Formats: sequence, structure tokens, C-alpha cells
Amino acid sequence: MRDVAIVAFAQTRHTGHDTGLSEPELILPVINEVKDRTGLRRFGFTCSGSCDYLAGAPFSFVSALDALGAWPPISESHVEMDGAWALYEAWVRLQHGDVDSALVYGFGKSSLGDLRTIMTLQLDPYYLAPLGLDQLSLAALQAAALGADQAELDDIVRRSRADGLANPYAPDPPAEIPDGFAVEPLRTCDIAPITDGAAAVVLAAGDLATRLCERPAHIRGIAHRIEPHYPGMRDLARSASAAEAARAAGAGKGPIDVAELHAQFAHEELILRRALELPGGTVVNPSGGPLAANPVMATGLIRLGEAARRIHDGTASRTVGHAASGPCLQHNLVTVLEA
Amino acid sequence: MPPPETDGPPAARHVLEFPGGYTRTTGPVIGRFLTELRAGRLVGVRTAEGRVLMPPLEYDPATGDAVSDEYVEVGPAGTVTAAAWVPQPLPGHPLDRPFAWALIRLDGADTALVHAVDAGNPKALRPGSRVWPVWRQDRTGHITDIAHFAPEVTRIVSPVAPEYRIQAGGALRVFLEGVRRGVFLGGRCATCAKVYVPYRASCPECGSAIDERVELPDTGTITTFAINNLPDPRAPEVPFVSAYILLDGADIPMIALVGGVPAHEVRQGMRVRAEWLPEDERTLSMANVRWFTPTGEPDAEL
Repeated sequence: MRDVAIVAFAQTRHTGHDTGLSEPELILPVINEVKDRTGLRRFGFTCSGSCDYLAGAPFSFVSALDALGAWPPISESHVEMDGAWALYEAWVRLQHGDVDSALVYGFGKSSLGDLRTIMTLQLDPYYLAPLGLDQLSLAALQAAALGADQAELDDIVRRSRADGLANPYAPDPPAEIPDGFAVEPLRTCDIAPITDGAAAVVLAAGDLATRLCERPAHIRGIAHRIEPHYPGMRDLARSASAAEAARAAGAGKGPIDVAELHAQFAHEELILRRALELPGGTVVNPSGGPLAANPVMATGLIRLGEAARRIHDGTASRTVGHAASGPCLQHNLVTVLEA
Repeated sequence: MPPPETDGPPAARHVLEFPGGYTRTTGPVIGRFLTELRAGRLVGVRTAEGRVLMPPLEYDPATGDAVSDEYVEVGPAGTVTAAAWVPQPLPGHPLDRPFAWALIRLDGADTALVHAVDAGNPKALRPGSRVWPVWRQDRTGHITDIAHFAPEVTRIVSPVAPEYRIQAGGALRVFLEGVRRGVFLGGRCATCAKVYVPYRASCPECGSAIDERVELPDTGTITTFAINNLPDPRAPEVPFVSAYILLDGADIPMIALVGGVPAHEVRQGMRVRAEWLPEDERTLSMANVRWFTPTGEPDAEL
């Protein structure tokens, strides 16, 4: 495998409401920030992750290219997934060996519609979508299958809130989260907030990485695994695909200082911690994680960025970034980063 | 649901809609399932390894192999493996009242179907609960041909309301005539010297006939009480308090309603007085006493 590293990461100061910025306007500052940080103005490959249903506009990701300066023509691709999968595609592209740098970004404004029901559109149209199974109902079914201890969930909610308050990029949490169940047993406080935001990452291969960054975060392993889409075909209390992705990425081959997990609901963190077999000493979601800021379609990429940032700033030497997609953690992408 | 308009930049409502909806082909496997569903049958498909996938998929998720062409009738009943309660249904949900989502392993299937259950309350379903499909009248070959599932029948409601005609003769008539006059009549046992109210013909302790009638005051002390949270036609509101009231001068308490005071303030030893209906509204009935209400005196020692 060709050595590829994350050499720069930037994210917006995410908001809990629509500020009225267009998508290119939202992206532009983070693109410029990673360009400034690396000194690169052009990239061998560019890949983005977003979901047109968030804005309700077909091909909205195409207009987002206005933020890039795409002339003369650039080599560009897009995934209708979280930006973490754009990073995965860029990593694969860099393995070809003919280009050395890649720009990756993800963005989303989930404030524009009702995220809970928009996410129903990702479901199979024969068996699931016609029932109106919404995002919170599916999450509640998984929480019920897990049967988590309430005290454990409370710890996660409390820790995420405290870490989020210390994270300048996370929006201020509401003073008080209303008590009670959204869909029992899923509590309102277990749910990630509605967030608008974007993030960008630069990947560099080989020697370029050390030229662009003092402490590159080398991608030592990256693996994506999927389970059946239909929730009744799997054991929702466990994440077999996250466990398999972690094994394939080699997460357990060394100590893990920090793990940034794409858990949009408190119980998902419990499932993921077990699947990834995180050692007791691993700090989980020191950024506050998705429970503090959840700019959908950038949230997973931010997990990778946050995991890389801890290596860039010297506070960690081996970290894991995790991204999820689909209903009830159907897809899992695990990335192992090392100094 | 469009976001509410705020004081920010100008906002507009925008609906993303595909008029008439998407037309989708089903393929042979899902098509067979939906066709059977229209006929009121639930079928799963057998995999090469012999497992029954319900609902049927074209490929076995465990192996990636194509499934066999053997369709197996399953259910109609199934067992819940996990459930979640929706307190506020959304417009797109199968039911417009609170309901449960459940993973349901239909009898004979090896995987679980996701559907709604009209469970009535959040505690009604647990892993292991048995549920049955409730079919839609006009079926079209759609997953919503099953309107929803419903728990097994484990109980029925039997209304019981026979009518009786009761005559107050003897001692009860004597007592009720007193109540019509606004007086509680008791009887003193000559042998035991105890005063019983309501008035009765014989002493429950020694069996002697009671000849002496005693007029008791309409004040007394609460000896014990209960707060009732179920409505009762005899009580004006819920919750209401029924109490044992020891009338002054009596040796056994009488049961009556307590009112004019919040239920949580009622206590043992509280002094109370009967609140009578106006004289012209009284009948030969205990309804003449609306309830007992606190007198405001200091509590009595019991």
C-alpha cells in the first residue's frame, strides 16, 4: 500500500440553525483554510460527500464546486454519502500512484427540512420507506434491541456535552434538553442536535506528506464493511460490520490514544465501543462527538479530521476515526491513523 | 415539515415532490411476496442453506448466494424481538395514534419483519410478545396491506350491569328518615353502652335488641381514609377521598366522602362536619350529605 496521510483539516464553526449561507458559501472558508495550511492551490484529485435530499435540490453538490475554482477542469468525484467516504475514495485514488494530493470535503445543512423524515428516503422503497419508518424510530428499535443501562447512556450524554462546550467549533448546546422519550426507549437527550456545517481534509501521499505537514497523520489502515440493509436481518444489539472493519483496518494492533466515533445516538457509542474493542485507556470523542455537533454528511469526515488533529498537534500518536452510514449503523468505515 | 420562519434572512417554503410518486419494478422475489400479501398470505423465501428470509430478499445476506425459488408460508402470528414506542405519530406512520414499532419473527421465519403494532400502551410489548397481523380491507400488493400488527387476544371485557330495586325498611329507614331531617341517628346498646351509627336494630357485639335512639351531631373525626383515583358516580371529582368518620358521641366510624379540601391535605385526626344539601333538595338517601368538610378545629387525638 502507498503511504497516504491526512496533512490538513478544517471545519466550520457549526451552527444549530440556518444562517442563510448557500452551500458554496458554507464550504469556501474551509477549502481556503486547508489550501492555506498546505500551500497547495491545485490537487491531483478532489472528492466530496453530501446528500441532495438535505437541501432538496437535485445535483446541489455540483453547484458546491463553485467554491473550488474548478477551471481549468479538475479531476473530481462525489459520493452521496458522508465526506468520510469521499476520503476513502480519495485514498483509493491515491493508491494508483499517478497523483500525490487530494482535497476532500463534506457538507450539509440539516436545518432546512425535517431530518428525521428526510432520512426515511434512504430506506429500501419496498419494505421500509412505505411504513414511514423515520430516523428516530429506527434508532429507538436499535436502542431497544441493545437494552442499554441508563447510567451508561447518561455518562455519554454528560461527557459529550462537557467536551462539546470546550470545542469552539460545536454550537452552544441548549441550556436544557427536554426530558422524556422521542420514541421510547430513545430519549431526547440521547439524540445528536440538528447542525449545519462543513469540513475539509487534504490527503498527501509519500514524501509530499512530510513536506506539507510537520506531523502527518498516516493512514495505517482503512476499511469499510456493510451489513444487510433490512434491520430484521441482523442483530441490532451488535455491530458486526464495525467489528469486521476495525479488524480489517488493524485497529487492535496497537494502543489507541483517541477514538472519534460517528455515534449520532448515545446507545450507538456503546455498540461501537464494544465492536471496536476499544481499550479502557482510549479517550472517546474528546471533541464532544456528534452529540455536540452533527453537520450531517460532514460528521463522519470530522471524526477523521479530529482523530488526525490529535496527531498533528502531538497530543496523540495513534488514533481511530470512525464513520457510519445507513439505518442503525448499517455501514461502518474505520480508519487507523499513526504519527 | 417546513422550518418555522424566523427573523433571519428572507426564507421560502420549498417542497421536493415527484408528482404521482416513483414507479418501481419489484423484480420476481419482492413481487412474489407482495402478490402473496395482496392475497392475504405471508411468505418468506428459503435460502440455499435452508433458512427462511422474511421479508424475502433476492440474495442471502449471509452468503451472497441467490435464494431458492421455494416460498414458504409463515406466520400469521409472530414473536416480538425488540420494540420501540412512538408517543407522537408522524403523518407518514401507519397509525395515527401512539403505537409501537417492532421487529417481529413470524412463525417459521428465521429473520424479523419490521412493522407497526397497535399495542395500546408502551408497556404492552416486550421481547417474546406474540402479535398477529391486522389486514387492510382493500389490498393492492404493498407492505401496508398489513395495516398493522396487534397483540394476541389474552383478555376480553365483560360488562356487568344488572339492576335492583332496594327498599329501605326497618332500621335503615329509621336512619334515612333522620338524614332527611338533617340528623344522624344512632342506637345505644343497653348492655354494652356503645353507640352505633347508622342506627341498627341489634347490637353486633352482644346481640341485644337496641331500643334507645340517639341523635348524634354532624361533626366528627377522620380515623382513616383513602384517596381514590378512579372515577365513581357518587363522587363529584377525581381524585376523591373516602374516609372513616367517627361522629362525636359514636363508638364506630361511618364511611363518607371528604371534600372541600385538597386530597393530599386530608389526615387522620382531622375534624370534619357534614355538608348537607338544602332542605328542599333532600330525599330518603345518604346523598343528602354532599360530603364532610374540615371544620378548621385543631386535630383530635385518636
